Amino acid sequence: MNDSTSSQSLSAVLMHVLKRELLTAFRHRQALINPLVFFAIVIVLFPLGVSPEPAFLKMASVGLVWVAALLSTMLSLDRLFQSDYDDGSLEQLVLCPEPLYLLLLVKSLAHWSLTGLPLILMSPFLALMLHLPPEHLPVMLLTLVMGTPVISLIGGIGAALTVSLRSGGVLVSLLVLPLTIPVLIFGSGTVQASIDGLPIMGHLAIMGMMLVLALTLSPFATAEALKMSVSN
Amino acid sequence: MNWTLFHKLGSPKWFYDIAEKLLPWFLWLGVLLILIGTIWGLVFAPQDYQQGHSFRIIYLHVPSAILAQSCYMMMAASAIVGLVWKMKIADIFISSAAPVGAAFTFLALFTGAVWGKPTWGTWWVWDARLTAMLILLFLYFGVISLRTAIEDINMSARASSILVLVGVVNIPIIKYSVEWWNTLHQPATFKLTEKPAMVPEMWLPLLVMIIGIYCFFGALILMRMRNEILIREKRTKWVQSIVSNYSSGAK
Repeated sequence: MNDSTSSQSLSAVLMHVLKRELLTAFRHRQALINPLVFFAIVIVLFPLGVSPEPAFLKMASVGLVWVAALLSTMLSLDRLFQSDYDDGSLEQLVLCPEPLYLLLLVKSLAHWSLTGLPLILMSPFLALMLHLPPEHLPVMLLTLVMGTPVISLIGGIGAALTVSLRSGGVLVSLLVLPLTIPVLIFGSGTVQASIDGLPIMGHLAIMGMMLVLALTLSPFATAEALKMSVSN
Repeated sequence: MNWTLFHKLGSPKWFYDIAEKLLPWFLWLGVLLILIGTIWGLVFAPQDYQQGHSFRIIYLHVPSAILAQSCYMMMAASAIVGLVWKMKIADIFISSAAPVGAAFTFLALFTGAVWGKPTWGTWWVWDARLTAMLILLFLYFGVISLRTAIEDINMSARASSILVLVGVVNIPIIKYSVEWWNTLHQPATFKLTEKPAMVPEMWLPLLVMIIGIYCFFGALILMRMRNEILIREKRTKWVQSIVSNYSSGAK
């Protein structure tokens, strides 16, 4: 299409989508902070509920951080498409002449930088409170950097499938959590291997593979699911 | 290539009639083979030199585990058919197969736990194969609950097809978990390219059981699909005439 109406270049449109996402998110600051508070509370529950023993916490710390990150990302998923669906801008996004695949990739990127990134920045403090040996912090951060985008991307599929439903909340977690279990296994497995003094490159390679697969394939499924959700 | 059969599959009425003709074959063959396999496997097959009689649960465990996975693959294949050709029958298959697949997954997990207690000394270990099967069970549950959450038939067909296809990533993980990782679970019993490690007296009844369970599954699915067709096509003349014939015959 070379007519004058589509004179905007693709990258300009993508930048526009990214800007809009960040702007609307920062206008609802509380919605940004809630998953972070939830993240901290879930982690606090374990020393209080199970055992405050440093030996136990040291063993469980990585897994706890990962599980809490997974759960609080689930909480933030409804924000991904819900308000756009309610005010109709989601339909406009689907109708855009630009490839929906790229638009959704940008949307997921924005979602990750608003939920995954703050979680990652917060996680070292909580991990230290759980007595994770500080020398393993970089590995934990690396796995979170590789793993949380996968969770956001897979979560996008679930959010897109359920956006038009009234009772979407629990259903999203039910659909998405089983699919994110491999990320959890390898995410905490990498750090555990590093604590045990084992080589971690193999684990990291698998995490990288999951990231690449999620980046390339999941926007297709999300796009298809969104087209379904706005179709009626 | 002859596409006639494929085009005929698009018609629920044609499928309803052909399913009626196929149903008894699947059902009775399945019942017969399961009976033969059960008696052969439980009574006549030799004992295992290590596990004694406890290995005999393999005759239920392996068929249901194989079926649990291949049921998901069949659902994935019909999800593609449904998404590409918008065929009603494909979605009817998914809706009929998901609960049955979940049941067989549960059966595989349950018999595995029963088998694990005498041989491994524990009901459950967090090993790759077991965990992956558990994820498969959750995937089935996800498909079922997504279907019930969406009322519109066309939307729920598209949504569940997408979800089924996304979940397919789990299948190779289950299949190869026993080869990629050193797990407690033993490797696959049957492979297409190699002879089984067991003696024929042991694996022949197992083969009979597997074929029998597949036939039984086929019969179950055909019944459920015919039922589903009647419900969905209740506004059409042919369904109304079937129902009115049935109710007048019953009087």
